[in-house]
Amino acid sequence: MDFTLKIWRQEHAKAKGGFKTYPLKDVSPEMSFLEMLDYLNMQLIEGGDVPVTFEHDCREGICGTCGLYINGRPHGPMRNTTTCELHMREFTDGETIVIEPWRASAFPVIKDLAVDRSSFERIMHAGGFISTNTGCAPEANSSPISKHISDKAFDAAACIGCGACVAACKNSSAMLFAAAKIAQYAMIPQGKVEGKERVDQMVQQMDAEGFGFCSNTYGCEFDCPKGISVDFIALMNREFFSAKVCSQKRQ
Amino acid sequence: MALAGIFLMLFLVFHLATNLLMLAGDGGAAFGNAVEFLTTNPAVKIMEYVLFAGFLIHILLGVALQWQNYRARPVKYHKALKTETSRFSRFMFHTGVIIFIFLVIHLVNFFFVKLGWVSIPGEAGEVADRYDFFGMAEVMFSNAWYVAGYILAFVFLGFHLKHAFQSSFQSLGLNHTRYTPAIKVIGTIYALAISVGFSVIPLYFYFIH
Amino acid sequence: MQKLDSKIPDGPLAEKWSRYKAGLRLVNAANKKKIEIIVVGSGLAGSSAASALGELGYKVKVFCFQDSPRRAHSVAAQGGINAAKNYKNDNDSIYRLFHDMMKGGDYRAREANVYRAAEVSNDVIDHFTALGVPFARDYGGSLDTRSFGGVQVSRTFYAKGQTGQQCLLGTYSSLNRQIAKGTVKMFPRRDMLDVVIVDGKARGIITRNLLTGEIERHSAHAVVLATGGYGTVFYLSTLGLGSNASAAWSAYKKGAVFANPSFIQIHPTSIPVLNDYQCKLTLMSESLRNDGRVWVPKEKGDKRHPTEIPEEERDYYLERRYPAFGNLVPRDVASRAAKERCDAGYGVGDTGLSVYLDFKDAIEAQGEKAIRDKYGNLFEMYEKITGINPYKQPMRIYPAGHYTMGGLWVDYNLMTTIPGLFAIGESNFSDHGANRLGASSLMQCCGDGYFILPNTISDYLADDIRTGKIPVESKAFDEAAHASADKVKRIMAVNGKQTASSFHKRLGKIMWDHCGMRRDADGLKKGLELLDELEKEFWADICIPGSENDYNQELEKALKVADFFEVGRLMCEDALQREESCGAHFREEHQTETGEAKRNDAEYAYVGAWEYQGADEKPKLHKEPLKFEFVEVKERSYK
Repeated sequence: MDFTLKIWRQEHAKAKGGFKTYPLKDVSPEMSFLEMLDYLNMQLIEGGDVPVTFEHDCREGICGTCGLYINGRPHGPMRNTTTCELHMREFTDGETIVIEPWRASAFPVIKDLAVDRSSFERIMHAGGFISTNTGCAPEANSSPISKHISDKAFDAAACIGCGACVAACKNSSAMLFAAAKIAQYAMIPQGKVEGKERVDQMVQQMDAEGFGFCSNTYGCEFDCPKGISVDFIALMNREFFSAKVCSQKRQ
Repeated sequence: MALAGIFLMLFLVFHLATNLLMLAGDGGAAFGNAVEFLTTNPAVKIMEYVLFAGFLIHILLGVALQWQNYRARPVKYHKALKTETSRFSRFMFHTGVIIFIFLVIHLVNFFFVKLGWVSIPGEAGEVADRYDFFGMAEVMFSNAWYVAGYILAFVFLGFHLKHAFQSSFQSLGLNHTRYTPAIKVIGTIYALAISVGFSVIPLYFYFIH
Repeated sequence: MQKLDSKIPDGPLAEKWSRYKAGLRLVNAANKKKIEIIVVGSGLAGSSAASALGELGYKVKVFCFQDSPRRAHSVAAQGGINAAKNYKNDNDSIYRLFHDMMKGGDYRAREANVYRAAEVSNDVIDHFTALGVPFARDYGGSLDTRSFGGVQVSRTFYAKGQTGQQCLLGTYSSLNRQIAKGTVKMFPRRDMLDVVIVDGKARGIITRNLLTGEIERHSAHAVVLATGGYGTVFYLSTLGLGSNASAAWSAYKKGAVFANPSFIQIHPTSIPVLNDYQCKLTLMSESLRNDGRVWVPKEKGDKRHPTEIPEEERDYYLERRYPAFGNLVPRDVASRAAKERCDAGYGVGDTGLSVYLDFKDAIEAQGEKAIRDKYGNLFEMYEKITGINPYKQPMRIYPAGHYTMGGLWVDYNLMTTIPGLFAIGESNFSDHGANRLGASSLMQCCGDGYFILPNTISDYLADDIRTGKIPVESKAFDEAAHASADKVKRIMAVNGKQTASSFHKRLGKIMWDHCGMRRDADGLKKGLELLDELEKEFWADICIPGSENDYNQELEKALKVADFFEVGRLMCEDALQREESCGAHFREEHQTETGEAKRNDAEYAYVGAWEYQGADEKPKLHKEPLKFEFVEVKERSYK
């Protein structure tokens, strides 16, 4: 297969970027999208050019490192698929493929297609945990949790932190990301103890990072590679209001 | 945003119910009674201010959010987002602006008349006084352009409401696997009812009355 | 170097750890605040250790090469985590878990360490549950378990096919809590280039900031390596592409002894190679063998579509050869059996290098929904990668490099031969012998990090309460920083023609062909020669575009590949000296008549620990004899 690639190139965070066009020949349909980029980079290096920087690690759709905006869709045209799991057989021969980095003020570009997602880290630091010390846990089966609830909590916990939700949102909102963690803990008894503080602090941090606000267009759910439901956003909103209305004023 | 929105949606139901009295076929007698009640009752007077506050909050928040959201993506995508979302949801601000323009015209044509800021429309004697909204409607809706514009505004209002109804439930966290699908259906019915309901009135005046 | 002292405590097996622990010294709360600890790696072992140490009050600095600790490759573990809870009432116990691990490891692990890992396994499950890790539950609300290869009880806790992810997010959450509290400081996007030794003790590390290229110095009173395994030496492996041996290797070159480097697990159920530019093999969880049946056609070179091959013309070779365990034999056995069939010409697929893993019978018996509930995400993953629907036709699988049982030699305190340098998780060698049983790695990583290291490191640090902050301006730091900077400059200066990946690919092929699933003396010697040649070529012709003071992914790769030549050589040396077959290490010269591994307990019941002697010197082999007091050493049979 042959393709024309139009790729965003930007030397460093402050540099002015722009698109460069690369024709690429003899791509195997069995190649993954990132293998196709490896193949391009190999040719660039051998031709004396600087290869395209893009981030990746596990290449099996679970670490959340990769994330490219491909032809107008975060992670490309397939639903429930990360960029690394996308294969070239999903494209048509001769197609022009436009590849851009995630775009959001909270995700500044580092170089080419790599962006800085440390804003997600800071949201997690604000409350993405259950405060329990090592060694003080009760017997694991001492508090039963209904299978239905536990499965739901798993569905929320499946988030890989790739940032596609932000990239897919017309407002660059991080609601789905924050909601996934908040909802996971809000549903299970262990997490309820500090639920109100958690939602309050995580939402505050999210706003401070400069993400946009949710206007319920649900693009995040559509493009989430793990299919995380916007129902969790509603759950987070509910938690947030109840925290605002019911919680005691903190000293 | 959602709370103000829900308040406005309730207001629309009430407004529509009142307006539909014009179609009673009694030359506006029932409608006139309702107008009289609404313009004289002190509780309604207070609600009027609350209503303005509701509009103001909804509009200001809407603009502020739009501005924030615009700033949240300083560099736009070269290739426009192809993510599948409901069209209605993506154009809430745009439909909102159209509705706002309509709202201003609407206020000038009716509310400001009531306050005496704007002179009574039509030839002398067509409209009895500045509380004769039925008469005003008769005058306004005899103009085909005005009718068309009015209906168009309500089509956009329908789009706005189609998303707004279930979105407000989502924003307030009122979500349930069992009830949310029903809320979505009710939202569609509501949006249709409001935009069709309000559109019937000018058509009635233009073609039948 | 003095003799290896494993510091195994005396006493009955079940009391060793508790007695030993009771005798360990402590550091009081006020002094802990003055003591710094560096943790390198943020996977299950690193983040659990860092958070536990932070909770204790130490000042912890965590380094990882990823942009977030949540992306460490522990995230990709699929199947589950073992614990001796006996929730299924199937007569499981700590002793049985210990025994299974000893047997699974083909009697090449330390009894005391293995028992301790089994002992703390239950605490790990309790702690994870308290942290909100959503393990699978049954309808009554209690935790569910499933069976895994090489054992006859059901003791594996799981969260669909994403147990590693969920556990890592659990340790990540406890790490985040400490970061928020200020006890842990996170340094992402750093590659560790060297360990700094001051007066004989590990006192810091040299890192390269991956975004700016800056060579940084970081000091501490102790250094913990939780840097995972070196499985990417095969190039094609189930590991993340960033996984590497460099941190552990720098420790080895500074005097930490490296144990059993040739013990590397080849996982039997990975998706086979599909194209020439592939750089990664994706694992299909071992749990699939609970319901999937492995087969090849009885006829050589049978090219029919798998669904057209009738039942009687299929060879379910695992069930045939190992009736007691069937498809659930341990990984080393299953991998070799697959290779044997493919080498004999019965392999399927275009290349003939794969076997079928078939769910037809399970789907007929349990229904598609039940199978979807258990393995839905794995089936989807398979379909995304291959374009084939595994509900309709069998998966194709083939073995792939996966996990390294070998690693830095550690004593009972998890300390390497460099005082103050600890190694935990996959980066050490201690618990899995010559072969690891499924779902034991998560268990060991978290046990090391949460429950073992915090105790043993405190004993070491009890001597450091008066030391004060370690300065980074010292001769030792200068030397290490300059050496690291020189290495970067040297590799940049080559300015050749070939990419790091192309070298890595060739290196991987040498290792796979000569030091892979089946080894023999001639092949290993040939491998050593080829490695030397390729390494020379590498240092003459490596091409790294761009600058070293920039985000330069090619430079990162090249630095890692440079170390892999040396790792590969040590693997071959170790495989060559071990004149027996045990676990994952299979020497053609040492097999039974039926082709099973043949151990030599009289001569090789030891840990082969290698000491670096200098760049051109042959490393020195130390032998730590293994004593078996509590298990009967038997031929490992799954028949």
